[in-house]
Amino acid sequence: MALAAIDWGFILIQTVETSLGLEAAVYALAAVGLNVHFGYAGLLNFGQVGFVAMGAYGMGLSVTLWSLNPFLALLVGMGFATVFALILGVPTLRLRGDYLAIVTIAAAEIVRLLARSTTLGEITRGAEGLHGFIGPFRELNPFDPGAEYGIGPVQFPGNQFFAIVVGWAVTAVALVVIWQLMRSPWGRVVKAIREDEDAARALGKNAYWYKLQALILGGVIGGLAGMVQALGKATIQPDSFVPAYTFFFWTVLILGGVGRIWSPVVGAMIFWAMLTFFQGTLTAMVNEGLIPTALMDTSQVSQIRFMLVGVGLALLMVFRPQGIFGSREEMILDVR
Amino acid sequence: MSGSNLASRLWDRIRRRDDFEPDLGWVLDDSRRKWMAEHTSGVTKPDPALVIKNLRRTFGGLTAVDVDHLEIQRGVITALIGPNGAGKTTLFNLLTGFDRPDSGSVLFDGRDIERMRSHVRARKGLVRTFQLTKALTKLSVLENMKLGAKGQVGEGFARSLVPPLWRVQERAIEKRAMELLERFSLAHMASEYAGTLSGGQRKLLEMARALMSRPAVVMLDEPVAGVNPALTQSLLEHVRELPIEGMTVIFVEHDMDVVWDISDWVVVMAEGRVIAEGLAEDIGKNRAVIDAYLGSGQGIENPEEEAP
Repeated sequence: MALAAIDWGFILIQTVETSLGLEAAVYALAAVGLNVHFGYAGLLNFGQVGFVAMGAYGMGLSVTLWSLNPFLALLVGMGFATVFALILGVPTLRLRGDYLAIVTIAAAEIVRLLARSTTLGEITRGAEGLHGFIGPFRELNPFDPGAEYGIGPVQFPGNQFFAIVVGWAVTAVALVVIWQLMRSPWGRVVKAIREDEDAARALGKNAYWYKLQALILGGVIGGLAGMVQALGKATIQPDSFVPAYTFFFWTVLILGGVGRIWSPVVGAMIFWAMLTFFQGTLTAMVNEGLIPTALMDTSQVSQIRFMLVGVGLALLMVFRPQGIFGSREEMILDVR
Repeated sequence: MSGSNLASRLWDRIRRRDDFEPDLGWVLDDSRRKWMAEHTSGVTKPDPALVIKNLRRTFGGLTAVDVDHLEIQRGVITALIGPNGAGKTTLFNLLTGFDRPDSGSVLFDGRDIERMRSHVRARKGLVRTFQLTKALTKLSVLENMKLGAKGQVGEGFARSLVPPLWRVQERAIEKRAMELLERFSLAHMASEYAGTLSGGQRKLLEMARALMSRPAVVMLDEPVAGVNPALTQSLLEHVRELPIEGMTVIFVEHDMDVVWDISDWVVVMAEGRVIAEGLAEDIGKNRAVIDAYLGSGQGIENPEEEAP
């Protein structure tokens, strides 16, 4: 009876909304970049959120600092991510893969701490976050900010909808580019380097250069994720780039299946659908008394939902280790 | 016997590849011993593809490679033999740029290649395989082969996004890959993951893949290790054909039957040094070399000696 009292329709609408919304698009894009790094080139990047931050700040500062137009701001954001990739890749990509992993996780934290430091406070506005860059972008918005857009009960305000459309459009472009790259000889070399770098070198391929290219490509896509986020939120908060987000991107990628074109998109949708569904359901269950408050209250729901996603990921690894789109055949090859 | 005399015998050997008869009545007499002593440090070859000068590589206190002078003749099959830890694979790594020497130089077609990185050496025609095969398991057999081709337009980032630029070349590469796979009896596996191949088939694939680039020098590190006898025979057939196509072959091998079977020239290494080199039939019957460095019973078999 109490179960029936829960507003399932509302929870469902919210679930669909977030799985199509801004966060899902941002996570999908960031995971697309990570897929280039890890799925195709075999690079262990544990600092993807650093690229996201570089993209966001590059775009934001272009407007607040240099008053550039939106398209130049986009290029600057991509440039920031490229420079970050070069700083990380040039010294480490000649070494074993582990070194990149170590450097990326540290560098991403350095970016966040620099952005919120008082030293750079004049420029980045420190912990309070960067504002006041959204104007020129909003001018490009073809949708009415006062109206709501969507299908049926799933509706987004105009400005939000603009960012979502841009986010998914950029994701689509990124997917087409990667799809074409990975069926070309370039992709063949990159995948060969993932399998065995020495074999690729013995066949005359400059492994270092290809790894650097892949790091830049995936990093720039990560940067685009940051720009989409900034566009949707109209603010850039340094603390929205904590290391945990890198691991959410990894979760998204692994959910979908590493090294597959569609996996980051579907992974991001499922990730956000699960979070929202658990949030709504658990909150309603606590409110209806189905879960005693001694066990948990509504303020704890947002932590517990991540635990449930973790359990879900663990179950996936047990029953479908290749992820949703992954190939079981390829998975088995690793064991041989 | 002088070095140049030996070189002319090598030439004779190359010309008369088919009618080579091992001299089974050979014994290690004093003159042979003297010959071995004379030829421990570098025989001059008529037309060397590779010249190694004072090449030295140490790992801490251990001298892995210390070769004063070694020339690899173009267009013949040279075997590199010696006990484990003799420095054969390290020498391979130094020649292909996978490792850096402490001192010394390597000349390839008369040019010093010491400063070239490994992939540049491969592009110049110095291609190797590995002791532990490196089949790219999650690529198909055909993709593995296509990777081996040189000068691919579509391997550039921007150009890869414009298929019309590389589609014709890609088709030509695919055609050549299929021809080679046919020759190496792997054509039926072309669309399978390379990871599904057996160990022996991987060796075949690795060799075929190396040939995709039409290399000048092919370096095979234990090409038949772990390969079943039937496959070994077909693999060796392929190796034998390489010099006919103008390639120079250097291979490391522990199976002495294989060494005597296909090599023209044998270089014996121990403790990082070249201790002897000579025509396969000479080295094969040199008991001193055999007993000291390869273990008894590993030479070219002499039926009379074997009799009780």
